Amino acid sequence: MRKETLQAWALILPALLLLVAFTHWPAVATLVDSFYTTPKGSRPPRFVGLENFTDLWTDPVFWRAMHNNAIYAIATIPISIVLALAMALAVNTAIPGRALVRMAYFTPTMLPMIAVANIWLFFFTPDYGLFDQILAPFGGGRHNWLGDTATALPAMIAVAVWKEAGFFMLFFLAALQAMPPDLKEAANLEGSSRWNFFRRVTLPLLMPTTLFVLVNAVINAFRLVDHVVVMTRGGPDNATTLLLYYIYEAGFRFWDTALASTLTVVLLILLGLLAWLQFGVLGKRIHYR
Amino acid sequence: MTRKLEITGAWLLGFIWVMPLLYAVWTAFHPAEFATHFSLTAPLTLKNIESAWAAAPFARYFLNTTILVTLILVAQFTVCTPAAFAFARMNFPGRDIVFAIVLMQLMVMPDILLVANYRTMARLDLVDTILAIALPYLGSAFGIFLLRQTFRQVPQELDDAARLEGCSLAARIWRVYVPLARPTYLAYGLVSVSYHWNNFLWPLVITNSVTTRPVTVGLSVFASTDQGIDWSIITAATILTSAPLLVAFLLFQRQFVQSFMRAGIR
Amino acid sequence: MIHRRTLLAATAASLAAPTIVRAQAVTKLSFYYPIAVGGPIPAIIDGYCAEFKAQTGIEVTPVYAGNYGETLTKAVTAIKGGSGPQFAVLLAAEMHSLQDMDILTPLDSLGLDAAALKTWTDGFYPAFLANSRAEGKLWSVPFQRSTAVMYYNKDAFAEVGLDPAKFPRTWAELEAAAAKLTKKDASGRVTRWGVKMAADVGNAQWTFGALANQAGHILMNEAGTETYFNHPKAIEALTYWRGLAATHHASPDGIANWAQLSPDFLEGNAAIVQHTTGNLTNVKANAKFNFGVAGLPGKDGPRTVVGGGNIYFFKHASAAERAAALKFTQFLAAPERAADWSIKTGYIATQPAAYETKALKDYVAGFPPADVARGFLPVAVGELSTFENQRVYAALTNNIQASLNLTKSPAQAMADTQVEADRILKPFKKG
Repeated sequence: MRKETLQAWALILPALLLLVAFTHWPAVATLVDSFYTTPKGSRPPRFVGLENFTDLWTDPVFWRAMHNNAIYAIATIPISIVLALAMALAVNTAIPGRALVRMAYFTPTMLPMIAVANIWLFFFTPDYGLFDQILAPFGGGRHNWLGDTATALPAMIAVAVWKEAGFFMLFFLAALQAMPPDLKEAANLEGSSRWNFFRRVTLPLLMPTTLFVLVNAVINAFRLVDHVVVMTRGGPDNATTLLLYYIYEAGFRFWDTALASTLTVVLLILLGLLAWLQFGVLGKRIHYR
Repeated sequence: MTRKLEITGAWLLGFIWVMPLLYAVWTAFHPAEFATHFSLTAPLTLKNIESAWAAAPFARYFLNTTILVTLILVAQFTVCTPAAFAFARMNFPGRDIVFAIVLMQLMVMPDILLVANYRTMARLDLVDTILAIALPYLGSAFGIFLLRQTFRQVPQELDDAARLEGCSLAARIWRVYVPLARPTYLAYGLVSVSYHWNNFLWPLVITNSVTTRPVTVGLSVFASTDQGIDWSIITAATILTSAPLLVAFLLFQRQFVQSFMRAGIR
Repeated sequence: MIHRRTLLAATAASLAAPTIVRAQAVTKLSFYYPIAVGGPIPAIIDGYCAEFKAQTGIEVTPVYAGNYGETLTKAVTAIKGGSGPQFAVLLAAEMHSLQDMDILTPLDSLGLDAAALKTWTDGFYPAFLANSRAEGKLWSVPFQRSTAVMYYNKDAFAEVGLDPAKFPRTWAELEAAAAKLTKKDASGRVTRWGVKMAADVGNAQWTFGALANQAGHILMNEAGTETYFNHPKAIEALTYWRGLAATHHASPDGIANWAQLSPDFLEGNAAIVQHTTGNLTNVKANAKFNFGVAGLPGKDGPRTVVGGGNIYFFKHASAAERAAALKFTQFLAAPERAADWSIKTGYIATQPAAYETKALKDYVAGFPPADVARGFLPVAVGELSTFENQRVYAALTNNIQASLNLTKSPAQAMADTQVEADRILKPFKKG
């Protein structure tokens, strides 16, 4: 018993040390930093209690970032999941050129966001960009997709969905292929419609996968800001400033560690709440082995 | 009829999805004046690829990324396997609490802690090293969780038999569990490789020089010039740097999907 | 008396001697440089470093860290992390911010005596030193310098009946010309815009600095502790900018990206773009039409703003390293090298002496656009530069973008910028 305990800890220790050193410890350090001012030249950090948080409360850019991130999450998560499921269903049947289509869906996963962001920049270019070229024959006017506060965030969402859906498809596809074929046969014998079969059998069986994909999608909704760095740098007028981008800006453009730490703490709390929601509320309803 | 519609829809979606790649290929292999004009008579050229290759040390970036991805993958496997085994098959006080602590990293990814992690790296004098890019990701809750799920499904009898033969703990993990979890390793490997191949923000922050920059950071530095954007060169660079991964997926896509299926990541 | 002075000089020399010896002992320096890896510029800098090494044995390793913003981030982050370069080329306008971080060392601490320093720095164009002065000292040496200029499509000018040899000199003239140059197809779609100016993050403040000067207004005090956005002339400048699109429909609605101005111009999508002199070589190589380079117009007559990067020296470097860094800087700034640099890149040579060299004289004679920007140096002002520079930039940029997107009036945008800037600069107000 005692030996097993020692052995178990020895097995866990390397992983635990790494996790604590680069996730838990920095999280705690960030929390501590959020109670201090930013050190500046000869001025050391000073304890200010919750002042950074009250400052944040009155910071319009913070609320803008929260608002943007909420829209970004609410749009990217369901759209990418539904598209991923549709893609998986499509390539799970014997359509012509299946391998090619599957490959097409999956390409965004393999292309670094930083590279494709530049390509998307061309697609979104007004006048002679790809989208405006395509829309022109249909009487479409000029669209300053990235330069207009109204369309910049939707453009970011489109790029994120494009990037993610193919990756999530892989998970759904694996789940679909693992389904016992006799289920399908039984349904065919009973003569139930495809829609009914999908709704009654396929979808419930896909629930654990959906939860897994959902967790990933939620994380990505707060993590994926690479394209913002390349395409808009948060502009115009903060229309595309997401929380992590604001953290990056505060930490590495303004060198304001207090603001960056406070923002990080808010993001951590947010993620914690979301985790609790997903596993606590959803998880109980879904059979997850 | 609906079937036809579905197929058309699937193809159309596929076309939209592959369009950036198609555009990249088009632009990379045609002269610069055709970057924004599409004409079937446009002459082919390798000039963009050549000048992109000559313009930045992509070979070096490529090497850096390869080292980085390999380092992370190997370390993740070696670190997560024993931990996953302990959580799956051993009883010890505090197991559930520690497991819960580990799982916290599923939501709190190191990416958002870049300010604090930068400071740690500076303290360890590791700024601008490939190791520093890798370190925050080596202990992976996702990997531990995935392997634990797989290990729990290994029949206990196999383990018992190995134990009766006098196998040590390490030998049991290595001979019984690891081989049976091969699909999980493959699937997890794919997730890990594609994640770190594409990762940008943390490498951007922690690297400064050509000898450490991964491809993503190299590309972003390459693309941001004072003179403005040049799509021919950028797409050429994109093709150069993404080709290996694309080809790898093309060759192994069936195995990847199957490994996902067997690994139970679904 | 004379005797004593000689003695003093001798003592000074003997004291200085070990410094020189130690300086020569320094063999490695790290130098951050704001340019993408690739393209012609790194090759030129690499060449200078190799030449310098051959001459002095000192190895300067340039680190090409991306654009100005990225390089600033890299250099400061590295220095704050306890390592980092001994010197770097960073935006001239970052002086106050860098000084506030307590990482800079002034030019008089590099081992040059006051007289030699004065002779050397007096050799630069005064406009390029505009962003170098604080607390009665100089903090940076001009190097990769430019001014904003207009690139214009001469063929388009001729096509609409404008004289390609005469670029507009006033706002009214520019508005009229740009409106004329804007071309629509049968469906009413614009196929060519009259003029485009960058308003994206990192560039809007530069464009605006020029416009404010054109209205006869300077946006900040020299100490970098106060800004004057909420001023009728600043509002007028923003109104003019917005009017190009909103009133004259000669510029697209919303904001234009710096990175896309070059393709836009080369593509024929914009007849006039406001860009940097540093883009000249690129445009010259890729334009498929006749183009001209002109100074910026102004409300009443031409006015512009300088831009680009200066060489900064960092405090954490040892005395010997500082001396070696200075040596390299003087090597770069020497007239013949400044001339070579200007010919190869299009940036303005930082000293009048460079324009007296044969190489540059010949080049300018053969390619007159290369000499346009220099003629506008007398009407140029320094860049917007304050403490917490990036934050003030962010506040200004956001408001400019809001105004160009028609969500705020120019007056509102300037008033909001001022409130925000006052808040940011509050800790720096002295007395």
